[in-house]
Amino acid sequence: MQQKKFRVTDEDGIHARPATALVNTANKFKSEVFAEALGKKVTMKSILGVLSFGLEPGDEITFIAEGEDEAQVIPALEEVFVKEGLGEVYE
Amino acid sequence: MSKVQGIAAAAGIAVAKAFRMEEVHLTVEKRTVEQPEAELAKLDQALGKSRIEVQLLKERTLQQMGEKKAEIFESHLLILQDPELIGPVRDKISSERVNADFALKEVADMFISMFENNKSAYLRERAADMRDVTKRVLAHIQGVKITDLSAIQEEVVLVAIDLTPSETAQLDRNYVKGFATNIGGRTSHSAIMARSLEIPAVVGTKNILDEVKDGDLLILDGLEGVVLINPNAETVAAYREKQQRYEEQKVEWAKLKDKPTVSADGHHVELAANIGTPNDVTGVLDNGGEAVGLYRTEFLYMGRDKLPSEKDQFNAYRTVLEKMEGKPVVVRTLDIGGDKELSYLKLPKEMNPFLGYRAVRLCLDQQDIFRTQLRALLRASVYGNLRIMFPMIATLDEFRQSKAILLEEKEKLKQEDIPVSDEIQLGIMVEIPSTAVLADQFAKEVDFFSIGTNDLIQYTMAADRMNERVSYLYQPYNPAIIRLVKIVIDAAHKEGRWVGMCGEMAGDSTAIPILLGLGLDEFSMSATSILPARTQISKLSQADMQKLAEQALQKSTAEEVVQLVEQFAGTQQ
Repeated sequence: MQQKKFRVTDEDGIHARPATALVNTANKFKSEVFAEALGKKVTMKSILGVLSFGLEPGDEITFIAEGEDEAQVIPALEEVFVKEGLGEVYE
Repeated sequence: MSKVQGIAAAAGIAVAKAFRMEEVHLTVEKRTVEQPEAELAKLDQALGKSRIEVQLLKERTLQQMGEKKAEIFESHLLILQDPELIGPVRDKISSERVNADFALKEVADMFISMFENNKSAYLRERAADMRDVTKRVLAHIQGVKITDLSAIQEEVVLVAIDLTPSETAQLDRNYVKGFATNIGGRTSHSAIMARSLEIPAVVGTKNILDEVKDGDLLILDGLEGVVLINPNAETVAAYREKQQRYEEQKVEWAKLKDKPTVSADGHHVELAANIGTPNDVTGVLDNGGEAVGLYRTEFLYMGRDKLPSEKDQFNAYRTVLEKMEGKPVVVRTLDIGGDKELSYLKLPKEMNPFLGYRAVRLCLDQQDIFRTQLRALLRASVYGNLRIMFPMIATLDEFRQSKAILLEEKEKLKQEDIPVSDEIQLGIMVEIPSTAVLADQFAKEVDFFSIGTNDLIQYTMAADRMNERVSYLYQPYNPAIIRLVKIVIDAAHKEGRWVGMCGEMAGDSTAIPILLGLGLDEFSMSATSILPARTQISKLSQADMQKLAEQALQKSTAEEVVQLVEQFAGTQQ
């Protein structure tokens, strides 16, 4: 299992457009991909799930990948997360 | 053959089959089914069909309107394959043995209410996407046809009760050759959009949707405001000829595209265009516009679910300024309220929205909205020749307050080391009679006026321009209006200011001779009216028009003014 925590900084939170990009990215992999935030866990392959978090600036979100290609999942999501200006890696 | 008369809203002629646009209401009932497998298959088929449609919509939007407008359909596609949606629906069908449409509606409604009850305004608005997608799938399960404007794939004339601005924006002019509506007038938004898309349109027919069946052959004459239903071959031939003559005339006009606008006796005026979005700039340049005389920024705020950010607005303004390459761009600050509502601002319904809380009245009250727009404009100002004007100014104090806020934001930006142009002209719309009457006082403080005739006429005549029953009072040629215009122009010129006009009147061939005679400096109109207007002005002598305007000012009715201009035009030929 691979996981990494991020913090949302985008003033809009995670909106439909970047959420779409994240879900499209998760869909490319065979692994199970989850996101955990605000005490909930949803599959990253569901846009409704990701949107339903209603994340706001300052909120934390953890991406979790489990499966044969899990090693590539988190870096791919990280790239989208940072490129879309959603936020930063949470140390 | 029958004939329906309406209002000519956008020039041109279309001959094509009718496509009726009707609002569909779907009812979903719970049924117990013997074979859940059959329902699961129905669900899969409906999802598959919906995906194909949305994919098509996405590609077409991408091609015609760019990546940004297409993004929404990308999320719709993901919803159509969302495991959190489809999983529970399938479970429900199998375990509860219910019909597919019922199961889908139950699960979708849960998401819709989850979005609706969210504390984030943005997520509350996502409920609309969910409804949109659900409706598409439900319709397929039930085998009901829903109207999908951007999926029209053959040449049609669209017939509808009315079209919203966002519906009009979806129209693909390769297929939608024209449209006719029951309601609306020349200055309603669908009409304005039709002119900027260059789709012939007839509006305000009252009953066209009742008169026309799907597939009827229609001739739509956007020059005369007439729709002919199932015309005979002879009539079709005659209109094809008229259509061709119109196209030829357009070629003739095109020759004046890169020429300045000069009257027969050498007087120069500026012909500018009214635009709603950065995409419209291409049309302005293609039609030889010398400036943007009115950039209606409302469209940035419409068709979305929350206020546009400073960044979004900055990008739009910068794009327009850059594309115009140093030619003047007059941006009107937010003019909502009245007939233009924004759902996310949750403005209370008013008895008289046109006389109510709108435009600068709203901006001065909800200053955060106003300040965001002004900052975006100021930041964009270094990318071209920006002019800013405030709409619906009724008192000098409103202008002074607006100006003070602008200067405050400018100062803040300078403190942040963000470059701002020092050459921005600051003006006002003259559309309220009190401001026209007091123009001499305003002229001491503003850099320019832009006369908004659509509203000026409605406020002067006390006649709602959306109300067809009083449409006879919408009289641009009424001597009262002409006198008000004269007051404004004279007052401005006395202080060395320039005056534009950005209402429909500025592009009207009957009004142009009088306006030229009154000394109007800038005429801002639909892009497609620019070349005909330039042709017309090139044949007029400004000195003669001054005399004509003098006579018009002494007339007592609108009819007399029209007669005067027609008589004069007769002697010219």
